[in-house]
Amino acid sequence: METEKVIIVKDLTKSFGDFIGTNAITFDVHKGEIFGFLGANGAGKTTAMRMLCGLSRPSSGEASVAGYDVYKYPEEIKRNIGYMSQKFSLYEDLTVKENIRFYSGIYGLNKSQIHEKTSSLLDQLHLLNEKDSLVKSLPLGWKQKLAFSIAIVHNPAIVFLDEPTGGVDPITRREFWEMIYQASANGTTVFVTTHYMDEAEYCNRVSIMVDGKIEALDTPSNLKRYHNAKTMDDVFLILARKAQRQADQ
Amino acid sequence: MKQFLVFVRKEWYHILRDPKTLFILFGMPIVQITIFGFALTNEVKNAKIAILDPSKDFASTTLINRIDASKYFEVNDYLVSTKDLEKYFKEGKIKMAIIFPQHFNQSISHTNTAQIQIIADASDPNTATVLTNYASSIIQDWQNDLNKNRKLPYSIHAEVRMLYNPELKGAFNFVPGVMSMVLMLVSTLMTSIAIVREKELGMMEVLLVSPLKPITIILAKTIPYLLLSLVNIISILLLSVFALDLPIQGSIFLLIALSLLFTITSLSLGILISSITNSQQVAMLISLMGLFLPTLMLSGFMFPIENMPLPLQLISNLVPAKWYYFIVKAVMIKGLGIQSIWKESCILLSMTIFLLIISIKKYKVRLS
Repeated sequence: METEKVIIVKDLTKSFGDFIGTNAITFDVHKGEIFGFLGANGAGKTTAMRMLCGLSRPSSGEASVAGYDVYKYPEEIKRNIGYMSQKFSLYEDLTVKENIRFYSGIYGLNKSQIHEKTSSLLDQLHLLNEKDSLVKSLPLGWKQKLAFSIAIVHNPAIVFLDEPTGGVDPITRREFWEMIYQASANGTTVFVTTHYMDEAEYCNRVSIMVDGKIEALDTPSNLKRYHNAKTMDDVFLILARKAQRQADQ
Repeated sequence: MKQFLVFVRKEWYHILRDPKTLFILFGMPIVQITIFGFALTNEVKNAKIAILDPSKDFASTTLINRIDASKYFEVNDYLVSTKDLEKYFKEGKIKMAIIFPQHFNQSISHTNTAQIQIIADASDPNTATVLTNYASSIIQDWQNDLNKNRKLPYSIHAEVRMLYNPELKGAFNFVPGVMSMVLMLVSTLMTSIAIVREKELGMMEVLLVSPLKPITIILAKTIPYLLLSLVNIISILLLSVFALDLPIQGSIFLLIALSLLFTITSLSLGILISSITNSQQVAMLISLMGLFLPTLMLSGFMFPIENMPLPLQLISNLVPAKWYYFIVKAVMIKGLGIQSIWKESCILLSMTIFLLIISIKKYKVRLS
């Protein structure tokens, strides 16, 4: 089954002086896929993700995101992706409603769209009673779900999640992954970095970066079979032990 | 444009919801003007004094009336003997005492000379000096009036005229200084903190990943502070006109226009600072140590630049506040027009353009 490829990366390299952040990585991500992007701290995940988001310019190699070349059309890419970082990307001193409006606004939604989105989001997240509370008063899990909903408020082709579940309890993480599945079922491609290996099991395919290179890329079950491991945790340890580089970034 | 407005609105929420920011924005100018205007001043008004006048004749009464009528003194007590004097000073009831001899009138009219003793509380040396000077000059004036009817050889009267500030009001000096400090504080400090806060919270990444253009982000971050600065300029001017009786001699539009120019200078400094730091504390330190202190010391507001050693004089030329301070004084107090301050305005303008270009260039579009 051949599906549409939304991210195509070929020999993508980023070097900072002598240091090579990502070393000629190559991979594709299909439409609607949940793609896990794993690696120890300092392995080069963030560098790679930044290049794909148009935040940093690659040193060499090719990459296209949502059909746009990262060198030529970074602005078009920005229009077609959503982004959520581990800090949840919400303004604590704004209310739930104001946060939704702000993000819808900067992504260029018009008034009626904003209105519609706001009420449907509040409804979905059961936040109707909290719509005028400041975000800082919400529990962590709610903030996280709200942040994710806001990251996809403009129906982007791809959403990049940078360690979205840091510091959240397992039950909330479970619920959060249900939202990710929902988004993926609606056709949004999910590109997620994580440190939690149980989450890696939820992904359709997983890549593991070691020292700026992609050491493995396959479905979780194939990876486990290939490395003769019971869990993704074991797979990760087998691969990450090869690392030469210090995780000091 | 719509994105821009959405952003500006968000910025207002930040400002209005943070009591600390609000205090710095609106409390600061008022507090500064009030402190400088009413507390930190070397003018002395209505100082309480005591009089010991055993002669009680025509001459002494006239002189006492003159002294009491001046706004510097208020005769609080008429003493009967010198015994009370020390007690009054110790209790802090009076700042100064004037003691007449017996037969004051007689001694003037017969011997052409008389003595008056002035005793001042010098535990505060500045006040004591100022008060005795005021008193001596009132006495001198009175003496000159007496002499009008007589022919005295070789009498030289130095007619002193204090231009632009005849009453030597401190406000003439500090209002322009406070204006440059407040604008610097609001524009540079608050803007740099506001931008760096986005970085510190990890929001800058999110904003840069969005379709917003970096220039939109910068502008939307600074416009609210530009407007607030305008409000501050106007409130300082109102305060100085109505609370401190300091009239604006020159064109108010010129004054506001050049104040806006200085605000933009400060805003671009704020953007520059925010582009080289990543934490709010560092931004605050740089703003305060690197800008606020030089503004205070080298703008000519606290210490006259002419008295500084040459290297410091040269450095002071790099402080934008120095030029702004000069401009405000010229327009507000001397009532000069643009033809007299075009040179300084051009210097300020070119500094602004230079800083604006650098700060926008330095602003990192891509994070690494």
